[in-house]
Amino acid sequence: MAEKTIIPFGPQHPVLPEPLHLDLVMEDETVVDAIPSIGFIHRGLERLAETQDFQQMGYVAERICGICSCIHGQGYSQGIEALMGIEVPARAQFLRLVWGEESRIQSHLLWLGLAADAFGFESLFMHTWKLRERLLDWVERTTGGRVIFGANKIGGVRRDVADGLLADMVADLRAMEAEFAALERTFLGDATVRSRMEGVGVLPKALAQASGAVGPTLRASGVASDTRTLGYSAYDQVQWQVITEDAGDCFARIKVRCRETHQSFDMIYQAVAKMPGGAVESKPKGFPKGEYMSRLEQPRGEVIYYLKGNGTKHLERFRVRTPTFANIPALVHMLKGCRLADVGNILLTIDPCISCTER
Amino acid sequence: MREEQLYAGIQAAELPALAAQRLDLGWRLVVITALQNADGVEVSYVFEQGQRLQSLRLTLPLEARRLPSITGSYAAAFIYENELQDLFGVKVDGLALDFKGNFYMKARETPFIKAVASQAPMPPAPEAARG
Repeated sequence: MAEKTIIPFGPQHPVLPEPLHLDLVMEDETVVDAIPSIGFIHRGLERLAETQDFQQMGYVAERICGICSCIHGQGYSQGIEALMGIEVPARAQFLRLVWGEESRIQSHLLWLGLAADAFGFESLFMHTWKLRERLLDWVERTTGGRVIFGANKIGGVRRDVADGLLADMVADLRAMEAEFAALERTFLGDATVRSRMEGVGVLPKALAQASGAVGPTLRASGVASDTRTLGYSAYDQVQWQVITEDAGDCFARIKVRCRETHQSFDMIYQAVAKMPGGAVESKPKGFPKGEYMSRLEQPRGEVIYYLKGNGTKHLERFRVRTPTFANIPALVHMLKGCRLADVGNILLTIDPCISCTER
Repeated sequence: MREEQLYAGIQAAELPALAAQRLDLGWRLVVITALQNADGVEVSYVFEQGQRLQSLRLTLPLEARRLPSITGSYAAAFIYENELQDLFGVKVDGLALDFKGNFYMKARETPFIKAVASQAPMPPAPEAARG
């Protein structure tokens, strides 16, 4: 039997834009165990709720992460709206869906580009990010920002978008979707991609469920779980279905994200076609009281906002459970039995967002 | 939209058996969360089945912050239980992967526990003392 050695992986590593550490227990070239460590940049944002009023905390929520910013803002707003019994106007709900799905597309394109870079396909990375920039142009034209665009507020959304502009956006998104389909053919059909991804980092269905995995990581193992089925925002007003794959390997996680990208485009087309008129916000009155767990589907999976108010302007507790935090135990299972050279690719396929995790 | 969310009070000693029962029934562990209140530290174990959330909740006095681990049933709970240890100073017994309070790099011990009247105030930092 080979002697066991421990190889430290991260917190600084070429495939990691943010710090995460793994102690890889190796037998020759095979990983037999992995011990994760996080907490290098934990910010303690949750405690800011004690000093910032509940309206200001919306800005904090949006700044938990630059990639998932929009849906963080929505999750927080939804939680406060549930506590205060605020009815959000229908148009605002549809606009939340549009920006939420644009966030999912830009996040999936960002991830696909990073994955391409990690498995050594530089030109695919560049084409994917070029398309992402064009999508961000539309986010900027409709919200005023590209990264942290502050679209959500308690009671609705911060600004309305003219119907003509929405129609122009849909026309360009259709052209972008066709370009994405060409990139997708390379991601899913190229022999070099498949050779690095197929059969690698397999997470069986039972283990995916037992490890508490969420999002594309869970759905690529054949579990049809997606928080959007709760019907928040306007997800009960558009036709869609939960996308799953059965293989549970790195390639299945790529396929799920590619298919979800198409579905997000389609949801936006439907939402714009059905966009109701009317106001885009309801003014909140009073202060939040009681407790509520708001949950939504981030691009990386389910995010939980636990909010507790005591009838004052400060929340008693603001707690965020982000999808990457929930996916770390699943990552440990994926790594067991893999080759050292595959660790970087496998790690990337949970789409780790350490900024969210170190909220 | 407001989901119905249920909370059930339990005792710490019941926790491992109740967690094992939920695992057998196919419940998913969603999150373990805590907050400090007037009675101590309130810990909630949130599970989901069929899109319904249910929390098992208990309160630990500040001077006896100790819990049994549920990693025997839900191995993935290690990540939440280490967080409890680091941020709230709750000692979790039987943790499958125990970082012993070093899961997060922290500027001070148990940063989510506020000073209470019965505790001595923190001494001022040297710079502040010099005025």
